[in-house]
Amino acid sequence: MVGDGLESFPRLGSHPTLRSEEFGTMAMSRDAATAFRRFGLGAKPGDLKRISGDPRGYVRGALTGSAATLSTSQGLEPSHVVFAAAQAAQQEKQLGKALAKDAAQKAAAPAMAETDPMVAAAAPPKGSAAGAPAAAAPIARPNQIRRDALLEEQAARVAHAIATDTPFAERWVMFWSNHFCVSHQKGPVRGIAGAYEREAIRPHAFGRFADMLRAVEQHPAMLIYLDNQISLGPNSQAGRNRGRGLNENLAREILELHTLGVDGGYTQEDVTNLARIITGWSVGNLNQPQTEAGKFFFAQNRHEPGAWTVAGKRYEDEGRRTGQKVLDDLAWHPATARHVARKLAQHFVSDRAPASLIATLEQTFRKSDGDLLALAKALINAPEAWSVEPKKIVPPYDFVVALARGFDLKTKPGELVRLAGVLGQPLWQVPAPKGWPDTDDAWMGPSAIRERLRIAEKSAREVAPGVDPRVLAEELLGPTMSNDTRQAVARAETREQGLELIAMAPEFLRR
Amino acid sequence: MSRDTTMSLACAEHQRLSRRQLLAGTGASLALWGLLPRSAIAGTRDPRLLAMVLRGGLDGLAMVAPVGDPDYPRLRKALALTTSGEGAGLPLDSFFVLNASMPYLHGLYQKREALVVHATATPYRGRSHFDGQDVLESGLGGVGRIDDGWLNRAIAGLASAGRANPKGLAMGAVVPLVMRGNAPVLSWIPNAYNIPLRDSTVARLMDLYGQTDPKLAKAFADGMAINRLGAAGGMAAPARPAAAAPAAQGDGMGAMMAPAQAQPAGARPFRDFIETAETAAKFLAAADGPRIGALSYNGWDTHANEGSIKGQLANRLAGLDAAIKAFAEGMGPAWKDTAVLIVTEFGRTAHVNGTDGTDHGTATCALLLGGAVKGGRVLADWPGLADPKLHEGRDLKPTGDLRALLKGVLRDHLGIPAGALAQTVFPDSRGAAPVDGLLA
Repeated sequence: MVGDGLESFPRLGSHPTLRSEEFGTMAMSRDAATAFRRFGLGAKPGDLKRISGDPRGYVRGALTGSAATLSTSQGLEPSHVVFAAAQAAQQEKQLGKALAKDAAQKAAAPAMAETDPMVAAAAPPKGSAAGAPAAAAPIARPNQIRRDALLEEQAARVAHAIATDTPFAERWVMFWSNHFCVSHQKGPVRGIAGAYEREAIRPHAFGRFADMLRAVEQHPAMLIYLDNQISLGPNSQAGRNRGRGLNENLAREILELHTLGVDGGYTQEDVTNLARIITGWSVGNLNQPQTEAGKFFFAQNRHEPGAWTVAGKRYEDEGRRTGQKVLDDLAWHPATARHVARKLAQHFVSDRAPASLIATLEQTFRKSDGDLLALAKALINAPEAWSVEPKKIVPPYDFVVALARGFDLKTKPGELVRLAGVLGQPLWQVPAPKGWPDTDDAWMGPSAIRERLRIAEKSAREVAPGVDPRVLAEELLGPTMSNDTRQAVARAETREQGLELIAMAPEFLRR
Repeated sequence: MSRDTTMSLACAEHQRLSRRQLLAGTGASLALWGLLPRSAIAGTRDPRLLAMVLRGGLDGLAMVAPVGDPDYPRLRKALALTTSGEGAGLPLDSFFVLNASMPYLHGLYQKREALVVHATATPYRGRSHFDGQDVLESGLGGVGRIDDGWLNRAIAGLASAGRANPKGLAMGAVVPLVMRGNAPVLSWIPNAYNIPLRDSTVARLMDLYGQTDPKLAKAFADGMAINRLGAAGGMAAPARPAAAAPAAQGDGMGAMMAPAQAQPAGARPFRDFIETAETAAKFLAAADGPRIGALSYNGWDTHANEGSIKGQLANRLAGLDAAIKAFAEGMGPAWKDTAVLIVTEFGRTAHVNGTDGTDHGTATCALLLGGAVKGGRVLADWPGLADPKLHEGRDLKPTGDLRALLKGVLRDHLGIPAGALAQTVFPDSRGAAPVDGLLA
């Protein structure tokens, strides 16, 4: 449990006794429901009663570093291990192919069987499959290694979201993971998209924005996703040798999406200069002995020399450090504070979040130099965040998690990942670097709403025998439930139907 | 485009060539079309329109390559298509070739069912994908308002009387901005499970939403409507194992509503392109189906190792070609009444970048194809690729406004009055007069 919020902010609702005397238990329970809807991943039976004494305190209880870690991470490998194993497998595969081809050519006429032992005997290259189970197998397939890692990470992510009793921390992590999203559709990112979140997002969730920014932009997943590991300074040693040059993809998204925002006042020249400054930010691999495979690596020979200006400030060339300095300055920038404040208000409250809430968040970000703990507290302490009508359609991933939590589903996490994908939100597979859409109605596609009912029906069949829908409705929705919903559930013709109506009630679908 | 005529005629030989082709292709019929009332034209057919949005910024210079421009090979180096040899494209005219990954599209072009508009752009001149897509899809003059899209406003502007189904069709869980708005929209995704919904539950939910949540009521009703449509049309799915499984029951879950296969994404590249196109065709071809649809294909942002001849872009273009084929064949006899618009938010840099790819640019090409299209032409007021001709020294310069193409199609294919086009569909487009003579 963390202290009671910033001194400069009113500690609204932080006194349980006072509130329950003033508003009665009904008001308290409304807030309890809001705590699990707006600030959580859906209630489980018993949750609302349990936290009704102090809903804000319950949400604030999630503001710790340990709450932001993945509780189900046993057995998951660090990103560099998966990266190296997949690369080793890739090399073995290529070597095998080359040997087979070579042998086939030499042998010309003799039986094909002769090539097989040669393939199997192909010596694994240096650092092969470090720590990977594939080492003893005939030839591990790189795609299989990456896919296995992805599926394990996805299952762990969903299992944690269902189990956690600090759901706000998970929502906060999900927000930042989307703000700094990568897609596993891009080559080697597949194997490390999950580890990226564990390594670059979670450790800084309640730390400083600047630290998260630095961790994110130097993580191999981001460097690969946005092409920076192949960007060369045109006047660097490697650039002159190879006649290749800049790729400005990461630089642009740092400015447009990660920090200042699209209306943040930067220019094309800022983009190009930042791209120059971060040339050399790269990923180590097995072919380069001076590097650690799958870890950040600063390649001096690809780094564009010179002093460059970004957002009005001139930076002398200090190698790797120059880019870090720019990131630190961008993290402080007022436009970044505004950009983050708007996104947070839209995500947790509404497209039409009150200007006062955005202003509070922006001020907090600026005054605290981007302290994400202070920012989270400011959000939770803001009265507007609790009073605005629930308008946002719960996104698909959050919907299937809430269903699993509320209905105590035994559905396998991997299946829940599939369902989120069917509804339009496959985990870590964003359509573009901007991440998932976040407007109130973004997830109201007619077919997708219909398919939520089909998922609800399947789930209801699973749990119906032991559950009274009338009781469960009160347990999950509490006093935020409308009379119409209450009546519809009570008048359902079967238990299953009652449960389906809970899952499809506007109170369950919106937050 | 007329604004640029004098400039274009004064320019180099290759530019005059393409201008002549443009005039030769459209001149004769242009006057005739002009004399006919637009409503009469549209009224005699049952027109279908599909808009495909390619997200990420399609490299127009790699899809339809100006091999006749002397600066093209210099700028594009290994990415440059040629007229012969390994990088040879498929000939369109004496100036342009089509990427060899698109043989089906080339066949349509030869049948005069496909046309290319080149060196075109939306009014957006920045380089953000998201702003660029917002401008492309909102149909507005600039960034800022993203409440609704031009295709939805076009549907709203159509008289519903006499139309089989007044709703728009969107493929995918999230309705793309181009189709978002006040006009009713059906969106389609595959079923999550192979189980029927119960009529009684559906009715109770409708009732509940009707009392408490009008927006959800509308979305849910639309979702159920498209479900019934899928079954009622008797649309047998293409030969896929799962398709034959359940008979229609309860909610009318038809054969085409096969559940999503539990396979890893990307198991077969671009299968999703093809399936989406196939399904869109089934809806648009159905007697009582919607007539106007939208879908989007992602992944055109080729910053690195673009592979225009062999590699990622070539593969993706082949996927698009297969999707076009699937859609065209799926439309069956209705193809003759069909127009397909294929557009992207912006093009890419004229120069190859440092990583054998291209960065965000400005002008690019758009495609219009279908049985209703008067194709076999490349419409371009070619600006040239010599360095001083490039936009900001780096991008293909736009010489045409994409909205001129869109307006021409909406007016002459769907019969949307010019007034509505200028006032509500593309309110800031005074300078972009509809292109005449796009349709057969």
